[in-house]
This record gives sequence, structure tokens and C-alpha cells, in this order.
Amino acid sequence: MNNKIWMALIMVLAFARPMLAQNAVTLLNVSYDPTRELYQDYNEAFAKYWKAKTGQAVTIQQSHGGSSKQARAVIDGLEADVVTLALAYDIDAIAAQAKLLPTNWQSRLPNNSSPYTSTIIFLVRKGNPKGIKDWDDLIRPGVAVITPNPKTSGGARWNYLGAWGYALKKSGGDESKARDFITKLYKNVPVLDSGARGATTTFVERGMGDVLIAWENEVLLGAKDLGQDKFDIVVPSVSILCEPTVSVVDKVVDKKGTRKVAQAYLEYLYSPEGQEIAAKRYYRPRSEAVAKKYAKQFPNIKLFTLQEIVGDWQKTNKIHFADGGLFDQLYQPGR
Amino acid sequence: MARTITLRTTSRSAATSVAQGATLESPWVRWTLTSIAIVFLGLFLFMPLAVVFVSAFGKGIAAYFASFREPDALAAIRLTLLAAGIAVPMNLVFGVAAAWAIAKFEFIGKSLLITLIDLPFSVSPVVSGLVYVLIFGLQGLLGPWLRAHDIKIIFAVPGIVLATIFVTFPFVARELIPLIQAQGNDEEEAALTLGASGWQTFFRVTLPNVKWGLVYGVIICNARAMGEFGAVSVVSGHIRGLTNTMPLHIEILYNEYQFVPAFAVASLLALLALLTLVVKSVVEWKSQQDLKEPEEDWSVEPA
Repeated sequence: MNNKIWMALIMVLAFARPMLAQNAVTLLNVSYDPTRELYQDYNEAFAKYWKAKTGQAVTIQQSHGGSSKQARAVIDGLEADVVTLALAYDIDAIAAQAKLLPTNWQSRLPNNSSPYTSTIIFLVRKGNPKGIKDWDDLIRPGVAVITPNPKTSGGARWNYLGAWGYALKKSGGDESKARDFITKLYKNVPVLDSGARGATTTFVERGMGDVLIAWENEVLLGAKDLGQDKFDIVVPSVSILCEPTVSVVDKVVDKKGTRKVAQAYLEYLYSPEGQEIAAKRYYRPRSEAVAKKYAKQFPNIKLFTLQEIVGDWQKTNKIHFADGGLFDQLYQPGR
Repeated sequence: MARTITLRTTSRSAATSVAQGATLESPWVRWTLTSIAIVFLGLFLFMPLAVVFVSAFGKGIAAYFASFREPDALAAIRLTLLAAGIAVPMNLVFGVAAAWAIAKFEFIGKSLLITLIDLPFSVSPVVSGLVYVLIFGLQGLLGPWLRAHDIKIIFAVPGIVLATIFVTFPFVARELIPLIQAQGNDEEEAALTLGASGWQTFFRVTLPNVKWGLVYGVIICNARAMGEFGAVSVVSGHIRGLTNTMPLHIEILYNEYQFVPAFAVASLLALLALLTLVVKSVVEWKSQQDLKEPEEDWSVEPA
């Protein structure tokens, strides 16, 4: 028994030691699910850049999870120096509920604080047995669609808004037609997973559904990992421009004294090097030069913005995703 | 003395006849029941366990061991050991104290204490985790004060240790209470009349009498501490290499399509489960041996 206590004490000491590291600085980047590979590469590049520029060693810790869940953790006290989440609304929530950053955070960095973008495309079974070519094919009876729950998943909101925007554009702005489209689409969804990774696993591992609606970066990256012989990528005629956003968490960096390095960390995302790393991990870069260089890997889709079809995230959330909003009204599980 | 022995013999022969009665069931009933049990165990216990190991070695032994060289995997293993290393000894001390108090003494609020000890069993682990978020979270009761004083509880190692202690709370106490109650007070009273002090009685009489139950309680407490997912997941914050325990790390790896490392780490937990089973059987066998010994002594005595 005594041994056990000693063991515990030794382990405590062994564990506490690295935390006492002296002149190095540590950042915590709280991010959403599919960015793991991106930030793995990026953190390495930034550490090199920062060391060369200032001589300071920087270690970046990562936390990944569903975007809204991660925002909730930061609100509850997870000490993130920077947040890099799937949609602006989640960072808005941190500003509104925990007041850890000012509400105008989005205007502090270029491109509405969104250094890279993505869009929503489809993944189907090999050979595309159901002949899915565009959004319209998703509402045909007998097509099972896999998409996560927009109440809990950031990616799922973009999926929903992509469908909404398509129907709105196609009908020339007729909202009742768009409602009808959403109703039919979600009738074809057998299960709503809580996050984007969960939905991908449902489609890929459990073999459910005919088509997966997902992040372009996730699909392009996943195609390599999951085996190209089992799936085909389908690119719809139009889709939504997804703008994942990033911000420094002011109260945390001011307390820890990491504002300078945290800010540089996000700004470096906009540099040619940062943009290239994003493009390599299948995020669409903002920089035109880098975009041109990697144009081949991104399918050519006409993209519309959230602003064009609804408005800002506050408004979008109120109309579509709040309790009793359009999604609640239109979603009828089962059939 | 003699009477006790005759009583014991009759009860033993009664037990034998019952046992024979059970075997009088027609053979097909016995075979069906046995094979149902075996098929069920095979399907729901053995197969998943086998799948864990098959998947872990799916890409060869080198890939399997490479999974443990990952710094994040090592950190997860270290954190799990740390959490269990703190939670188990604390629950050991608490469990012995509580079981001793409950089994040996009468006091006001005793039934309340018993109910409270059982609480972590009846509460969902997710709720256990959320409770800590509500108390120590930034929006919670103590959150602002903790942040002002730069003390990190949740989304840090202390939160994980706390959550682990909470969910493993009842194991040692629950194991010991019936055991100490069954022992009665006779031996302790004898020790006291012979002049032993309170502590001496406790360490020389009470504790040795329940040692196997104690070992068993510690084993299952440890197994649960290392395997806990729900409560720890809520308070972890999932910072890689810092606040991920083994079960959390397994989930992350699985979600990242890294199946071999995921199952390799899972196989460690499965090994722990198997080891627990082995130690548990040994402990049960040992304690039965201990129970048998005095009986044999007695049977010689009256002759």
C-alpha cells in the first residue's frame, strides 16, 4: 500500500515537471473535428517561424471536437488562447455568454477572420448506384442521406444551408419551395449523428446510406484514408461557401501574457506559407496565388455565401436553428 | 460443539441432495441451457475481445508496438495511471473507514451514509462529470474565483482525478461492508479484553479478516478507474497529450481512422480486464482456502 502511494507521488512529480518549463511559451488551440491534420502541419511550421523570428520556443497544444461542444468547453473554462471553429456563431457564443472576447471579434482579421474556406459536397458508394448528381437527387424517394444533426454540429449547419441555398436559388427565391425541399431532404435521413466525424463513420464504417453530405476538405482528405475503391466523390452544381473562423480569446491571452504570440499564430495563417499548408490539407486558400497553384485539386463549383441566402449567423441561427426554428418545424423523423 | 457439527453435516447433505436433484433434469434441457450460455458468452464477450486483439495486430506486430511510441499515447497512458494511482488509494482509505464505521457501529445518519456511498453507482457518469463543470466551470459556482486565483480544476488533471474518484467511490466500501458485518464483533471484543488497543485490534484482527475482500475491492476499483469514459470525457477538454486518458485517446484515434493504434491502446485496457479476472479468481480461491482451514481444525477437535 505504501508502495502505491509512493508510486502516485512519483508520478505526480514526473507529471508536474514538464509543466514548469521556463522560457518557452505554450498556446492552446481549441478547434473542431476535421482540422487535426491541418494544424498538425501548421503548428510545426509556425513554431519554426516563431523561433526564427523571436528566438522563443512555442508549443501548441490541440483540442478537437464538435464545434459547438468545443465552444461550450471554452465558455466553461477551457483556457484556449485561440479558437479555430467551424462557424462564426460558435465564437459569437463565447463572446456573448462568457464575455471572453469582444463581440466585434470578426472584424479584427482579414476576410471576416476566416483564413481558409471550404464547401459542401457529396460522397457516394463506388459506381454511384443511385445515380446522384446534384442536390435534387437527394430528395428522391428511396435515397438514404447521411448528414449530422444541425442542432449540435457545425458541419451539419453548413450542409443544411447548402441545401437551403440551392433550393432558394433554383426556385428564384421562393421560400416555400425551399421549405418543401428541406422537409423532403430530411425525410431521407435515417439517422442524425451528433457530429461530422460520427456521420462519416456511420456512412463509411457502418455502411449506412447512399450518400454522405460533408465538408469538401473532409471528403478529399478522407478519400485517401478510406480507400478510393469504395467511394466516389460527387460535386453538385452549386454549393455554399463555408467560412470557418478564428480568433484570439482576449481574456485568456491577457491573463497568460500570450497575446503577441497568439495573434502572430493566427496572422501567420494568412501568410503564403500558412495558405499553402491549408491548401495541402484541402482547405480552399484565400490567397489567389496559392489558390491558382492548387486549383487542380479543388472541383469547380459555383459558390454562394451565407450572406446571400440568409444573412449573418445571428439571424441564420434565429430563423433556422433556434428552438422552434425552421429546422424544428420541418424535420419529421421517420416517415 | 458436537451439535454444531451435526447441524453442519445435515445441511451439507441437504445441499448435496439438492445438487443431485438439479442434475435430474433431462439431458437435452441441460445441454440446451449450457450451449445457450456458451453461445451467448462467445457472441457478446469473447468475440468483441478477440476483435480488439485481431484489429490491434491487423498490420503486424511492429505497427502494434509503434502505436505506443506516440507521445500522445504515452501521455494518455501516463495520465490514466496517475488518475488511478491517486483515486484508488484514496478510495481504499475512505472505503475501509466507511465500511468499518458502518459495519461496527450504530450512529445517526448511518443509512444516509450508505445511500450516499451508493450514489455514484446510480448516477450516470455524464452527470457526475457535469456536476464538476457546474461547480468548477467558469460559469459555475467557484469558477470565477478559481480563475482569479489561477487554479485549474476542470479541463486539467485535477478535474480528471476528481471525476475518477467520484465514479469509483463505492467499490471498496461496498465490497467490505457485508464482509465486516458477517464477521461480527466477537474477535474484536476478544482482542480488546486481552488488552489490545483500538489500532492494534483494527490492524491485527479486523483488517486481516477482510484482506481478500479488500484486495478484490481494490482490483475492481482500479479497473473502473482506468476504464472510465463518460465522466472524464466531460471534464477533460480533450487537450492532446495533456488531458486525454486512455479511453478518450482510443475514441479520438478511432474517429481519426487510425484503427491499429486505437485498438492497440484498447488492447491494453482489455489486457487489464483479463488480468483483473485472473487476480479476482486467485483472490476468491485464496479466501475460500482461508475459510476452509478453521473448519478442518474444528472437525478434529470433538473427536
